[in-house]
This record gives sequence, structure tokens and C-alpha cells, in this order.
Amino acid sequence: MSDKMHIKLNVNGKNEEFLAEPRELLIYTLRERLNITGPHIGCETSHCGACTVTINGKSVKSCTMFVAQADGAEVTTIEGIGGPDDLHPLQEAFKEHHGLQCGYCTPGMITRAKKLLEENPMPTEEEIRFGMAGNICRCTGYQNIVKSIQAAATEMASAKEAAE
Amino acid sequence: MKDEISREERVDNLKGMGCSRKRVEDARFTQGKGNYVDDVKLDGMLFGDFVRSPYAHANIKSIDTEAALKVPGVVAVLTAADLEPLGLHWMPTLAGDKQMVLADGKVLYQGQEVAYVIAEDRYAAADGIEAVEVEYEELQVVVDPFEALKSDVILRPDTVDENGKAVDGAHGPRNHPNHIFTWEAGDKDPTEEVIANAEIVAEEEMYYHRTHPCPLETCGCVASMDKVNGKLTLWGTFQAPHAIRTIVSLISGIEEHNIRVISPDIGGGFGNKVGAYPGYVCSVVASIVTGKPVKWIEDRMDNLMTTAFARDYWMKGKISATPEGKITGLHCHVTADHGGFDACADPTKFPAGFMNICTGSYDIPTAYLAVDGVYTNKAPGGVSYRCSFRVTEAVYFIERMIEVLAIKLDMDAAELRRINFIKKEQFPYKAALGWEYDSGDYHTAWDKALKTVDYDGLRAEQAQRVEDFKAGKTRKLMGVGLSFFTEIVGAGPVKNCDILGMGMFDSCEIRIHPTGSAIARLGTISQGQGHATTFAQILATEIGLSADSITIEEGDTDTAPYGLGTYGSRSTPVAGAAAAMVGRKIRAKAQMIAAYLLEVHDDDVEFDVDRFVVKGAPERFKTMKDIAFAAYNQAIPGIEPGLEAVSYYDPPNMTYPFGAYVCVMDIDVDTGVTDIRRFYALDDCGTRINPMVIEGQIHGGLTEALAVALGQEIAYDEMGNCKTGTLMDFFLPTAWEVPNYETDYTVTPSPHHPIGAKGVGESPHVGGVPCFSNAVQDAFRAFGLTHTNMPHDHWRIWKTANELGLHD
Ligand code: FES
Ligand code: FES
Repeated sequence: MSDKMHIKLNVNGKNEEFLAEPRELLIYTLRERLNITGPHIGCETSHCGACTVTINGKSVKSCTMFVAQADGAEVTTIEGIGGPDDLHPLQEAFKEHHGLQCGYCTPGMITRAKKLLEENPMPTEEEIRFGMAGNICRCTGYQNIVKSIQAAATEMASAKEAAE
Repeated sequence: MKDEISREERVDNLKGMGCSRKRVEDARFTQGKGNYVDDVKLDGMLFGDFVRSPYAHANIKSIDTEAALKVPGVVAVLTAADLEPLGLHWMPTLAGDKQMVLADGKVLYQGQEVAYVIAEDRYAAADGIEAVEVEYEELQVVVDPFEALKSDVILRPDTVDENGKAVDGAHGPRNHPNHIFTWEAGDKDPTEEVIANAEIVAEEEMYYHRTHPCPLETCGCVASMDKVNGKLTLWGTFQAPHAIRTIVSLISGIEEHNIRVISPDIGGGFGNKVGAYPGYVCSVVASIVTGKPVKWIEDRMDNLMTTAFARDYWMKGKISATPEGKITGLHCHVTADHGGFDACADPTKFPAGFMNICTGSYDIPTAYLAVDGVYTNKAPGGVSYRCSFRVTEAVYFIERMIEVLAIKLDMDAAELRRINFIKKEQFPYKAALGWEYDSGDYHTAWDKALKTVDYDGLRAEQAQRVEDFKAGKTRKLMGVGLSFFTEIVGAGPVKNCDILGMGMFDSCEIRIHPTGSAIARLGTISQGQGHATTFAQILATEIGLSADSITIEEGDTDTAPYGLGTYGSRSTPVAGAAAAMVGRKIRAKAQMIAAYLLEVHDDDVEFDVDRFVVKGAPERFKTMKDIAFAAYNQAIPGIEPGLEAVSYYDPPNMTYPFGAYVCVMDIDVDTGVTDIRRFYALDDCGTRINPMVIEGQIHGGLTEALAVALGQEIAYDEMGNCKTGTLMDFFLPTAWEVPNYETDYTVTPSPHHPIGAKGVGESPHVGGVPCFSNAVQDAFRAFGLTHTNMPHDHWRIWKTANELGLHD
């Protein structure tokens, strides 16, 4: 195999440094090397969005990006969005509005939805459906995912208002 | 003792049946802490993957693994020759057929497993696969099942004797080497006579195309043979973990107590994860050979091309009626394409599943069904994709035949349904093809549905639209899709239903802890249905402890009681019933304990929400928590300590959920683009356990129905090349294509189920497919269309419009 490359990443606020083959895909790095198993694999062809992460402020499907392309980047996965002590409003809303069933798409969905709400804090239903169209869910039929994202947007807006 | 809270509050606190309890599963899934099979990691774990056939039909002349073994990271390569001494180069399918684990001299479909490369990681496995050299000799490919039944090309070496004569198959004699079975139901001669003498007969041929369940998580497993203790642990995406344990034991010879099968979180199943696949067998062998844990995870292409297709039914129907529209007879013939192996998972006595529910919701006096199963050079399967065995096909068939008959009679299709529905007072209803429907009130459901959508208003609008179209004022047609379905779910009963001899009962075991919380285990396994939430609700209502205090565990065969798993909507009808029954056992013992503590006779106490009270003196009571504590910590004469129970439930009958769906669709005749304006779904699943979960199931099932009706298919070219191996070609709807659904319900409890529940997860798929399809076809009814096959993608709709001269 070709020479290994020296890669530096910041994943969920933590610096990582390692040698990787040029062909190593980012999803593999996350799941196998760093044991960050929130992002899932559903297709490995950029269609399903189960592997969605945020890289330098953009939603990226990590199954079709070499880790070498992400060298020096800041990567956020579902694990970096919220945990038991600091749940993100989206995480709460997905539970409250039954926005998931098997849960396999959920990390990618929430990661993508978070980015969407950063770009457009109060999206219409149509904007949500369009903005989430890169993420496939086989279980929910999307209706409750849309509802969850709307609820989280409202919640975040009122929290912001209260803070101001 | 006086109570500080009201009875209503006590009921609320239970979070029992009927409330929209939030799901307990969601915390881990929303935080990325689910534990799916690909998340399982063990020390020294290896990774296995397959060399697959590029050809649909070929002899294998040689397999050279030498170069592959030199690839860095490759540990071993398995071929059929390695498996043969173990008797594992073939394995049984759940349908009574057998299937090659690794290509034994030939391949029967593109993507078939030829060799299994075991390596240190996925990349090394992929390198190893590249380096395996296989020499093929191409054979004539047969992709058409009708052709297969005439062809001189014999696909399977094991279907003929030394003289080339077809030998009997698992379900009787074969009339051709490529013929798998003929299965019949009903009365042939009387049905043919009725139809021959009928005034009105409508005939139609329809193809229910091949598709795939395609859950977002593909299939996979991790096999770990602990040679020190002689124990095999197998994690995997199994919809039926106990069945897998029994099968692994039977084919490997490892005693069942030395096998532990674990289904961790499953990323959707929809029928894809019921069967046994070569990946499981090879991983087990690989772990035994290497002494290390071995993981196998199929990629999406493997998944779509090899594991578990669904449908592929060529259906021919005749339906007869009086001029007033009363149906007198139904005749159905199916040619079922099973691909290279019959790898469906139908109960043994039903090689075509419950296709004989094809008389639908109608009182049809005479009927006959025959199904011919056929081998072709396509992937094996025939699984039930989000439906009970072949019920989607059956419901599609009858709901299309009704529409075709309505056209023949020049009658409104809603009215035709109404005058033929089985009446409420006819239940339990014995159908012409053998089933006994448990309960139903179809007229009420239908009237409610039609009224809610303003059916007459829709028809008036549609008529106006046709006028406008003809006048050149619009290029959009309007379709009103109707469907009224009756499902048949919840297999057993055991006397009728087994899979490879394994009876289809299910089970629940519960252990109440001294402080009044509990753990319950069941023989089923959730793949997103939310069992941990809803089974706890059933138990909460039955035993009077809060659902929040009851842990539900499934999927570990070392701890869970034996059960046949989750598919065919059997969890609620069968395991749900077991949960109710186990709760009643607990209550019976609790009653004795309560009576002792209250110093009254057993008959003098009665159960009330969360306690036993002395009859006529509600201030004297013992809560279930008190009783649980006493059960362990107080010596009670004649009663052994502890509070636990187990129940194995063999249902006396199946359950028959039903529903009424209406879809309103606009179709652009110039582009073939469809716009779903409205979708109304009324479901009657009997007693409702968790309305939120039910609604979620309906949204999901309808979306899978939309997919199948409007574009999703597994297609082959004439060389047997699969043309739909990626999500680029295989349609999975996104949020953008999917409408909002209106849900509604009636409640007609099942009379034989302990809590009256019927199951719901698959109804929307079963009822949804014909509803979407009927909407498309209805839009063209005024222009002379009788029937056109699914999937109704934009291109096919455009073609229909073109053929009808609508582009002229
Ligand atoms: S796995 Fe990356 S988009 Fe599907
Ligand atoms: S919840 Fe199963 S794929 Fe979305």
C-alpha cells in the first residue's frame, strides 16, 4: 500500500493525530479508528445521509470523503451535539414528537437538522423538507421528523429571546 | 389507609395501554449511543467479505486463492470445497428449500457468494477479493419465469434425477425442473363454473414487480467462537434470534445450549432480516477456523442484489358478478418468481404465504387460487416486505380486481366495495379460501372515510377536471385512489403455522423485583417498533406497576424465552398476548398475597389499577408494590416466595386488522409527475396500545407503500444483470417526495386476543400500495385505461398518457 499520511483532526473538540492510508474514508476513521459510532453507514454512495457530520461548518457525508481531505478540519458528530447532561433541543424534540423509530438515521438527521437551523433558524415545512432531502429515513415517513425540527426551531427561538 | 391521589392520577401514573407514552429507546438513539451490529467490536476481530459472481448463470471452472492469500492482512479464504466436508456448502432456507452457502460448481444469479475472504480489516478484505481468481463458463440465462417453465436450461442440479427427470420438491411434485411448487386453495371446478355462467366477468393480468425491503441498516453479524468454553456467540441483524439459534445448531451440530444469539439494536428490518444468509454461516465457520471473532457487514449493493427481494408475482385474475355488482366468484393464478433458491420465510404449509387472503374484505361465495413457484437466474427470496406473508400481493390483487370490475360494470368503485363488504353480523366470517376472519365493521369504517374526504365532492371535482382537460384548460388529471384492505397477521396458531418445524407461538417472562419494579423478556425483537415502550404499557395495565418501572429486554437467546421473532406483524398479536397472559399469572398470585395481607378470603379482593382492594371497602387495599415486597420478604403460608411468571402463547387464530384509505393525486400528463394532494388513512387495529407509536407506524408504512407503488423496483436485463444495485437506481423517497398523511381510526377489538389488539405495523404498507396505484389508474379511467402495472414512475405514467393519446 501507498505511504501513510499524517493526519490531524479535531473531532468534537478533541485533537486527534494519526497516520492513515490515503484511501481511508472519514466514516471509517470515525467509527473504526476513533470509536465514534454515532454516524452510521447506510449506502457508502452519498445517498442516504446516515453518515452525516459537520466539517468546518458544513454538512458532509463522511462515507465519501477521504480522511486526508479532512486533514486539519474540525469535525462534529452527533456525540458532539449533546449528551445526557446537555441535550440539544433537537434531541429532545425528536423524542417528544416521535421523530425516530429504529434510530439508524437519527444521528445523521439531527446533525443535518442542527446545521439547517443554524442557516435558517425558522424554516417553513417546505424548507425543512428540501433541506433534509439528503437524509433518508426508512421508518418514519418524515412527517414526525419535520414536526420535531419545527418544534426544536420554536424552542430554540424562544430560548434565544429569553436570553436577550 | 386513605389515598392522597385520585384514581385518574393513578391510571395516568401507570402509563399503561392507550396512552401515547414517549419512547424509552429514544435517549440512546438521539445521542448516537445505539448499539447496532456494526458497533460490536471484539478484541482481535477479523472481517469477512465475499467474492461475488458477475454472471447470472455460469459454471465455475476454478477458483484460485493463492494470490489473495499473499495480500497483506488476508488471513484465509473459504470456498465451497472448504465447507463441503462440514456439510455446510448448502444450507436450508426457511421455505423448505436449500441454498448454496458458497457457489457449489455453479452460480445461479449475479452477486451470488463465491468465496469468503477473511482479513484483518475491511480494506484488506477488499484487496483480497480483488486477488481471488475465478474462472467462469457462462451459461444461458433465464430471467423470465414463464420461459423457465418451458426451457431446456435446468438451473438447479438438485431438481433432477440422473435421467434428467424432475424430482419432487419440498411442497410436492414438480412439473418441470425449474418448477418449485404448485399450491392451491379453494374450489377449482365450482369457481370455474360460476365464472363461465356469469353475466359479468372482468379479467386482468397484472405484474407485481420485484422490490426489496431495503432497511437503512444492511444485514450483518459478528461470530465469536470461544474454543476454551466451546461457546459460540453470534450477534446479528436477526428478526428471529431464537430461530437462528436452532438453525445454526441443526446445521453446525453445535448443541443449542452452547450457542448464544444476540440481536442488538436493529436499524429497520421490514422482512429483510428474517432469513438465514450465507454471510452468517461463513462468519461462524470463519470464527471456528481462525479462533477469532469475525464480522460480516454487507454493503448496500450486496443488500439490494442478494439478500431478500420481495414480490415478483405475475397474477392473472377473473372476477364475476351480477349486473347489479354483487360478486359471485374469484379466480386467481400466480406465477411466482423466486429466483435461484426459494428463500422466502413463509410458514411450511403455506409456500405462497397467505396469498389466499385474496378475497379481501368482500363476501365472495366461491373462489380458487393456484400459485406456481419458479426458479430463475435472479437473487433468491420472496420475503414479506413489511407485510404478513404475501398479503401485500393478495390485497393489491383484489383491490385492483375491484377497480377493473367497477370499470366493466360502469359503476362507482366505492359503491361496488360497499355492496360487497362482509357485513358486521357475519363475523366470525369463514372466507371461501379457508380463513376465519375474527372481527370487522367494514361499512362503518368505509362510511367514515368517504365522509371525511368528501368523496362525492372529490368525484365532482374530478369530473370537472376531465371536462377542463378535454377543453384544453388544464394538462393535469386528478385521480381518487381507494383501497379497503383486510390483513391477516399474528402467525401461529402452531397447529397451522411453523417455520421449518418451529411452531409460531411467542413468549413473555417477567420477574417482579421486591421494591415493585420489574424486568420482562420476550421472544420477539424490535427493529424500530418500540417494543421496550409498548410491551411495558401492556404489562403496566395488567399488573399495576408503572411502565416506567418495567424494563423490557429482547434479542438475547441466553436470557429471553423462546419465540419466533418479529415479522408479519406478529409481535403485538402473539408476544403482546403472552405479555398480557403473564401479567394475569402475576396478578393471580398477587391476589392471594393481597388477601393474606388484608386478612380476607381470596375472592374478597379485586384488582383496581395498581392495587388489590377489599370488595366494598376501597380504603382497605394493598398496592402492587406492597404485594411485591411481601412476596419476597414475608413468609406466607402455602405460597412460595418470589413473584415471577412465564407465558407461552399459542394464538387460537390470526388477527384481521383492516382499514380504509383514500388518496387524492394530481398527475401532469406531459411529465408524468404525480402530486399527492391528500392521503387519508383509517386503520382499525383493534385495541390501541400507544396511539403515537401506531401513527408513526402508519406514516412509515405508507411511505414504503408510496415507494413501491411509484417507483421502487429491482430490475434485471435479459442477461440477468441487476440494474438497481444502488440507491441511485433504487427509489427510496426523501422528505421532499413524501406528503403529510391524515390518520384516523375505528376500534373493533379482536375477540380472541386477550387485550383485543390486532397489530398495525404492516397494514399501511398492505393497504397503501393499492391506494397509491389506484389513484394513478383512476386518473386515466375516463380516458379508457383499465390497468397498467406498477411502479408508476414518471416515465411509465408519461407512457400511459401517451398510449392513451393524451399527448396528441
Ligand atoms: S452512508 Fe454516507 S450517505 Fe449513505
Ligand atoms: S428511524 Fe429507522 S431509518 Fe429513520
